[in-house]
Amino acid sequence: MPSPFSLLPSPASGIALRCTGLHRYLGVGEGRVHVLKGVSFEARRGEVVAIVGPSGCGKSTLLYLLGLLDQPDDGQIEINGAVMSNSDDAARTAARGAHIGFVFQFHFLMLEFSALENVMMPMRKLGRLAPDAMKARAHALLESVGLGAKTHRLGTQLSGGEQQRVAVARALANEPAILLADEPTGNLDAKNSALVFDLLTRLAKEQGQAVVLVTHNPEIAQRCDFTRAMRDGVFV
Amino acid sequence: MISPNLRIAFRFLTAKKRAMIMSLACTVLGVGLFIVTQATTSGFEEFFTRTILGINGAIRIEDRIQETMTSMAAAGSDDFYIANREGVKYIEGVEEPQRIADAVREFPNVRGVSAVVRGNVQLTSAFKTEDAQVLGINLEDHVRVSRLAEQIVAGELENFRSATGGALVGRVLADRLQLTVGDSVSVAARGQARRLKVSAIFETGYREVDKTNLYVLLPEARSLLRRPSGASFLQISLHDPARAPLDARRMEEILKHGAKPWQEREKTWLDVFRALRISTGITVSVFTLIASLAMFNTLAMIVLEKTKDIAILRSMGYERRDITRIFLWQAGIVLAIGSVLGALFGWIVTWLVERVPLRITGIFKADHFLVVRDGDHYLAAIATAVVMVMVASLIPARRAARLEPGDIVRGTAQ
Ligand SMILES: Nc1ncnc2c1ncn2[C@@H]1O[C@H](COP(=O)(O)OP(=O)(O)OP(=O)(O)O)[C@@H](O)[C@H]1O
Ligand SMILES: [Mg+2]
Repeated sequence: MPSPFSLLPSPASGIALRCTGLHRYLGVGEGRVHVLKGVSFEARRGEVVAIVGPSGCGKSTLLYLLGLLDQPDDGQIEINGAVMSNSDDAARTAARGAHIGFVFQFHFLMLEFSALENVMMPMRKLGRLAPDAMKARAHALLESVGLGAKTHRLGTQLSGGEQQRVAVARALANEPAILLADEPTGNLDAKNSALVFDLLTRLAKEQGQAVVLVTHNPEIAQRCDFTRAMRDGVFV
Repeated sequence: MISPNLRIAFRFLTAKKRAMIMSLACTVLGVGLFIVTQATTSGFEEFFTRTILGINGAIRIEDRIQETMTSMAAAGSDDFYIANREGVKYIEGVEEPQRIADAVREFPNVRGVSAVVRGNVQLTSAFKTEDAQVLGINLEDHVRVSRLAEQIVAGELENFRSATGGALVGRVLADRLQLTVGDSVSVAARGQARRLKVSAIFETGYREVDKTNLYVLLPEARSLLRRPSGASFLQISLHDPARAPLDARRMEEILKHGAKPWQEREKTWLDVFRALRISTGITVSVFTLIASLAMFNTLAMIVLEKTKDIAILRSMGYERRDITRIFLWQAGIVLAIGSVLGALFGWIVTWLVERVPLRITGIFKADHFLVVRDGDHYLAAIATAVVMVMVASLIPARRAARLEPGDIVRGTAQ
């Protein structure tokens, strides 16, 4: 299926994701807060970018906007060169399915489904692969996050860290051009943190994915290609 | 391949089995009892129809239409003729039964025609005297337009056919006069009396008929009633009685005689049956209504519990309409199971009800519950459930689809 935002024939710029002047207010009435105060940001193919900053500075809020899960009050978001911030729900949904992989900070899995089914879920919607190929790919992804032996466990039967790793595998299911991960190693021990981080950086290098991750872990931030620090709704 | 939405719906549902039981149970009851009520009400209706068709036939031609303007139209002005169509006069009886009967037989749907001469008489037995209605028939013709042969409860139709001076007496009339087969009875009409012998006793189940009717052979009736020619009416049976109104209308046009289909003749009772069928159908649809409310409730609950799953699905590219479908599928699965179980339940209860003894006399005679098994009842029952439950499910399903993933992950979705 030819797509205007195909992964490989990259535009000269190599920019997969760009946002300019993003503003976001949250809450209503008295509780209305100016959370993002003009954020501009870009991520290139093959690069891993870390966003760091104190709790409550707006990292997750920014990531939801970049993942097209939320809409900015002002500013613009481009995905693979196409302006998505003003497009309708259907177009944003299609872009999420085909080009963006998202790892949430909390609640990762659909708990009534097995790890394997969770990973196959985005593939089934996209429908690019045959069922057998989907299954094989899901197995391979779970293997790569160290869960090859637990593919048939239900979400409820996995620990927080295991759930998080399944969520990483699931975000990679459709080979998205852009991977957005909100603290993907937050619940993981050193060994598994390294496993997940190595997987993400390897994919960025080998497949030219743009990886944006939020982290509180200075070691990980340091190993990224770039680190952007955020404070009180703006990059500093 | 199973659609991903159906898969998800199934899993959501199995996690909420208990909550769905109410909706499922009410769907089963709604579908099942709808089928049972339709089966019994139609059972009685059909039996009534069979009874009255077996007595009076599908169509009766009772009078000649005399268009009073015909002669004037023939005299010249067509306009005048049309303008005075209301000037139609019905003249009781059929003057040329043979000619009309031959014409009626030309209709492809007609199975038989019988010319009948009717008159009021008094019957006197050794015990008492009763008013009665004598019907003069040609037996061969009449058994083709009625179920007289099957209605004989005592004596032999053969004796009636062969012996002169024989009569077929209605069961209730015979009881009142304390007549049995072989007894002789005096029949009086127009000031003359003669004796007839009871050849057989018939019972139609329709009390009015069994209480008043008496059949004799046509020549006997003609001489008794002093009516050497003509007939009181022609009784017609059809291959397809449902088409009677159409055929009757055509007969009126062609034969210039008033023809009444059974649907019109028995309208009062047929309306009663129809009202009964509809009202019982509505009553048991209360179960389906409860099923749809329970479904609404359960789905609304699942939507609340699964908002995070909805956000995850939406983040992976599942569209709003996928979310709608996931919830409608859940209703669909419950409906599918409920319809199958409900149909089975309805079939079994119908089977049981049919075995309930029940004595009915009056407009027909039966000794147990009457039922009709009709695929249309099953379809109507299931269609009612599908429409009601689906409409109720649409509201939570669409609410789920409207949720914004951003609001959900921030926890501000309500
Ligand atoms: N619904 C809301 N109404 C008002 N303010 C909100 C709402 N949701 C979030 N906020 C505020 O927005 C700010 C940014 O929140 P966000 O979740 O983006 O922070 P974060 O940088 O991801 O923090 P953490 O590192 O703890 O995950 C916070 O100060 C929070 O209090
Ligand atoms: Mg956060």
